[in-house]
Amino acid sequence: MYRYDNYDHKIVNERVEQFRDQTQRYLAGEIADEEFLPLRLQNGLYVQRLAPMLRIAVPYGMLSSAQVRKLAHISRVYDKGYVHFTTRQNIQLNWPALEEVPDILAELAEVEMHAIQTSGNCIRNTTTDQFAGVAKDEIEDPRPWCELIRQWSTLHPEFAFLPRKFKIAVCGSNEDRAAFLLHDIGLQLVKNDNGELGFEVFVGGGLGRTPIIGSSIRKFLPKQHLLSYLDAILRVYNRFGNRDNKYKARIKILVKAWTPEVFAQRVEKEWENIKDGPSTLTDSEFARVKSFFPLPEYKVIDGAGSAKKLAATADSNTAFSRWLDRNTELQKQSGYRSVTLSLKPAGVAPGDVTDKQLETIADLADRYSFGELRATHNQNVVLTDVNESDLFELWQQAKDSGLATPNIGTINDMICCPGGDYCSLANAKSIPVAEAIQRKFSDLDYVYDLGDLELNISGCMNACGHHHIGHIGILGVDKKGKEWYQIQLGGSANKNASLGKVLGPSLSRDQITDGIEKLLDVYVENRIADESFLNTYQRIGIEKFKERVYAPAT
Amino acid sequence: MPQLLKDKRVIDDAWTLLDTDSQSLPDGDILLTYSQWQTFSEQLESHSGQIGVVIEGNTEIEDIIEPLLKLPLIAINFPKFADGRGFSLATLLRERYNFNGEIRAVGGFIRDQLYLLSRCGFNAFKFSEDTDLSEVAKSLEDFSETYQVSADQEKPLFRRR
Repeated sequence: MYRYDNYDHKIVNERVEQFRDQTQRYLAGEIADEEFLPLRLQNGLYVQRLAPMLRIAVPYGMLSSAQVRKLAHISRVYDKGYVHFTTRQNIQLNWPALEEVPDILAELAEVEMHAIQTSGNCIRNTTTDQFAGVAKDEIEDPRPWCELIRQWSTLHPEFAFLPRKFKIAVCGSNEDRAAFLLHDIGLQLVKNDNGELGFEVFVGGGLGRTPIIGSSIRKFLPKQHLLSYLDAILRVYNRFGNRDNKYKARIKILVKAWTPEVFAQRVEKEWENIKDGPSTLTDSEFARVKSFFPLPEYKVIDGAGSAKKLAATADSNTAFSRWLDRNTELQKQSGYRSVTLSLKPAGVAPGDVTDKQLETIADLADRYSFGELRATHNQNVVLTDVNESDLFELWQQAKDSGLATPNIGTINDMICCPGGDYCSLANAKSIPVAEAIQRKFSDLDYVYDLGDLELNISGCMNACGHHHIGHIGILGVDKKGKEWYQIQLGGSANKNASLGKVLGPSLSRDQITDGIEKLLDVYVENRIADESFLNTYQRIGIEKFKERVYAPAT
Repeated sequence: MPQLLKDKRVIDDAWTLLDTDSQSLPDGDILLTYSQWQTFSEQLESHSGQIGVVIEGNTEIEDIIEPLLKLPLIAINFPKFADGRGFSLATLLRERYNFNGEIRAVGGFIRDQLYLLSRCGFNAFKFSEDTDLSEVAKSLEDFSETYQVSADQEKPLFRRR
């Protein structure tokens, strides 16, 4: 993974000192609340319902075991001994003290981490596929490109006070695992007819109050022009995005108002002036950044022999076999698999892990996956390079630490925001709903029979839990001080991205799990062969689901 | 004499900001809004002091830039500090239009933006009169290294490292 040189260290250390000075001046009463607000937000610090929340950047989800151990240490010393993995592949501390945040940032800087631009109206952490570099359907490893974007966007002088937050995702494969069409900018790595690498550029996607799927504004951007083209998009947005109403301030609103065609023309016009300038990427920079993402030193393995042995182990152990099915993926290298450690056991807020678990994760990464791991936008952790012959041992150790719940991709692997338990924006709690669903659907045979099913929960329409793109989406709403839940069906974040449709009137907290069960009944009764929930819904439409959920009790 | 932070130094500010309802021009160096500048265009021709113009963040400077480039001072107003349009305008003035005069930040910007503002091409900062300018000037030095191209750095870090 990318390692800092003296330049990177210097910039991050100077940021720590800048924030230390700002915090001291704030505590001394020299900075007003409203002025300190964006300063702390640009360093990931929110003031939440109960305490400040610090969001730590995990650039495109990559972590080393040393970084994870440091996070365990920080959570123990400065917080309550647990952290939360977010849907932007970042990590949050829920209980830090404001006075200690500069010290936390200094500790993070020691392991090449920071909290720069994890919040506020600026360019946020760039995200990508958790299987980057090992996915079988990969066109090009997106991580070097994410790193180039990270450096370009870090403390970019022109774009620190945008109309609204700004999110970029890069997709390097045929299958989309980064929801890139739902970002302010989505970059798809492509090759043109001459085999040259570049990007198809999408803008104006996003969730939140006005969910929109991104529009393509350039079919092929040669790779060396990436940064100047991003500058052009951001400059047009910074100058002309709406600043009067924060609900109309995302780039998607501007793109929609102008139309994608007109927006594209404005960007191209801006770009003509800066294209081929000093920001044009060089071959030596490509080579330098790429060199940080080599293939691990795999052992040469007889793939067929390894598969046979693994199948035999699985045959003799049902629990292991289930986990193998759901929580591991084949990857490019024969004889190796990617393993997803589930952070979604029933009874724990999705994405929460303790300091002890973090240390176990670091140990497992060191022992079995070259000391590196990935945070996923589904709020789990992935070890990408595990020798198949180590899987049984890894599973046993992960299981002992509560990290091997065999539910990846199932209804119980839900995306869920912190909700009303923590967040001051939320209209309703989301974690107790997630838990109730996990408890209701605890029969693994039933859950596996349902197959791949994405259930996403947001506690308000800001949509941090991505409810618009869940096959089943749940949105918390407030009605006269009571918590209600709206159900949406048919959302999807793949390349044929679609936004969910509202099923009907909201359900109360008591009704929600029964409502979900009825939806699943309709699916099971109507599916053809091994059709997925999403495909069945797309074929039969929303009516049957609606009738069942809202049928008068008999 | 009012003070100004310019080129990292605290200096006397000899410029007079023209009142919005002013009917005539005072003597000396005057700073006026773009619309005042148009209104007074005839009188300005015979004015003995220097002339500077204040523009707003939403100005489509492409349409009006030519005559402004001859001025010694262009000020950019920040209606509030969170309004970042001025960062792009200053960048355009320096990088696209090669404006070499003074670019002055006026209005609601804050001390903690000084480093980024200066990177975008601002070299003068007008704070309220009760501000300790030598104290706030420290924020110009928040960072000593930077990744991107900007008005004060023509090579990105990847061409220097």
